[in-house]
Amino acid sequence: MNSQSTAMRESSSDWQVNESRGIASAVPIRRFYWSVRRELWENHSIYITPLAVAALAVLGYLILTLGVPVPMPDPRLLDEPYSMAAAFVVGIFYSLDTLHDERRDRSILFWKSLPVSDLTTVLSKASIPLLVLPLFSFAIAAATEVIEMGLTSVVRPAGDLSVATPSTSVFRISLGLLLYHTVTVNVLWHAPIYSWLLLVSGWARRATFLWAALPWIAICAVEKIAFNTSYCAAMLRDRFVGGPEAVQGTGRFVDALSRFTPGRFLSSPSLWIGLVVAAVFLTASVRLRRYQGAI
Amino acid sequence: MTVIEARGLRKAFGKTIALDGVNLRVDEGRILGLIGPNGAGKSTALNAILGLTEYQGELRVLGRDPWDERDQLMRDVCFIADVAVLPRWMRVSQALDYVGGVHPRFDRVKAEGFLAKTDIKRASKIRELSKGMVTQLHLALVMAIDARLLVLDEPTLGLDILYRKQFYDSLLNDYFDRSRTIVVTTHQVEDVQHVITDLMFINHGRIVLDCSMEEFESRYLEVAVHPERVTEARALKPIHERQVLGRSILLFDHVDRGQLAALGDVRTPCIADLFVALMGNKPGDHAGAAQGVAR
Repeated sequence: MNSQSTAMRESSSDWQVNESRGIASAVPIRRFYWSVRRELWENHSIYITPLAVAALAVLGYLILTLGVPVPMPDPRLLDEPYSMAAAFVVGIFYSLDTLHDERRDRSILFWKSLPVSDLTTVLSKASIPLLVLPLFSFAIAAATEVIEMGLTSVVRPAGDLSVATPSTSVFRISLGLLLYHTVTVNVLWHAPIYSWLLLVSGWARRATFLWAALPWIAICAVEKIAFNTSYCAAMLRDRFVGGPEAVQGTGRFVDALSRFTPGRFLSSPSLWIGLVVAAVFLTASVRLRRYQGAI
Repeated sequence: MTVIEARGLRKAFGKTIALDGVNLRVDEGRILGLIGPNGAGKSTALNAILGLTEYQGELRVLGRDPWDERDQLMRDVCFIADVAVLPRWMRVSQALDYVGGVHPRFDRVKAEGFLAKTDIKRASKIRELSKGMVTQLHLALVMAIDARLLVLDEPTLGLDILYRKQFYDSLLNDYFDRSRTIVVTTHQVEDVQHVITDLMFINHGRIVLDCSMEEFESRYLEVAVHPERVTEARALKPIHERQVLGRSILLFDHVDRGQLAALGDVRTPCIADLFVALMGNKPGDHAGAAQGVAR
């Protein structure tokens, strides 16, 4: 009996040692992975909306190609990443709701009953607009492009030279620009927007949208009245529609090529200030979640 | 081994003092029933133990500081909070996947085994389940985790008597053993009288009573006094007296059983009656105490 219980104790302590080693290495990534999956389960709009928008764009393109006779601009150059605009909108609403919803439906008490830290939770939520949505919408935009190229070659009679035939090399440049656009604008440039929304989402008890927007409107109004300047408004506009150094989201890619200036983008102070601000907002969100319970 | 140890635990919300210097000690292998009226500080005490709220004073749970180490603590601690907090959008299978993904001590086979005894379908969303089923699901998830401390805050609130009975039966038969510890708060005290090993009353943020159930049974006796011996019985200084169907029921603390047997029928009181005796008599407490034991 005695030796048996000693053996049991030993084996259980072995198990604990093994387990704590396991926890130290693999488990943080595992927890992060499952936390992100959880977000995707909850928010179908993350993948449905960009897909739906891209499908509509392809459909619209098809109708355009079939119905309108020549001349027509090179369809590949017309390619605005609609799916990316959709992802931006989805990301905004997601960030504004996610930390608020878990408190409102009290599920935060369930999430907090599991060994997942506030840091992991907030980072997994931030990764939706900053990682998952950009990557996903990039993939969709690339796929859309391929489909549209395929459609062009089927619908257009061979030898119709009024349309530039899309070639593989052009396609590659276009994909590269798209990826550049995704990383610079959708991830780095927009990071402070999403982080601010996450912070408000974790803080406000209700009306998250108002709390997110009102302070900025107030600052802009006060600035306008007091100094008759509009630096704040200009800053916000830059942040939303792509900064001076960032590739314009709505431009044609042939124009965009001239804006492919990673050196200028990376050396711009507003990029780095924005990233620091985003880090501050995210840190605050992590700290805040510790104190938050159900509302 | 001590699982929970609190010394001088204090917590105030503005001017309201929720915990007023609570001392508390729970050893391994015990089932503690924490009983108190609404607003007595039960939930605050549990939240402090679970690392959900900040506190003053000293508190160690399994040797850890809950506020600073919540995520590590939750590997060894499980809790079911006062109302159904499982996310309503989640599917049963997703709940199993997720808990299995983030919890190193979750045994999926065990959880599936518990669920097999219920009518819960894997593909159902939690919002489609009845309240009783959600509780069953939560209990199945929690019982499949090899935790050392389980905290239950009103786990059976709003359930019918069959589900309540089943809940405590499975807890005792399929989960509890001498290496685990359970802390439970409930207003349905009659449900837990034969479940708990230790009893604690809390009121106005203070511990009013702290005893084991053996102590409770030997210390408190209730006598249905023969009408002709009421005066004699009252001379023994009962702590409470009530009338049931014309007979006086007197509750005694530390009075010899043999002596009482001569006066009428002696029995162990219900926890609810002792609760009323200890807390219902003080002016101003009536409302709270009556609510506290209401079923």
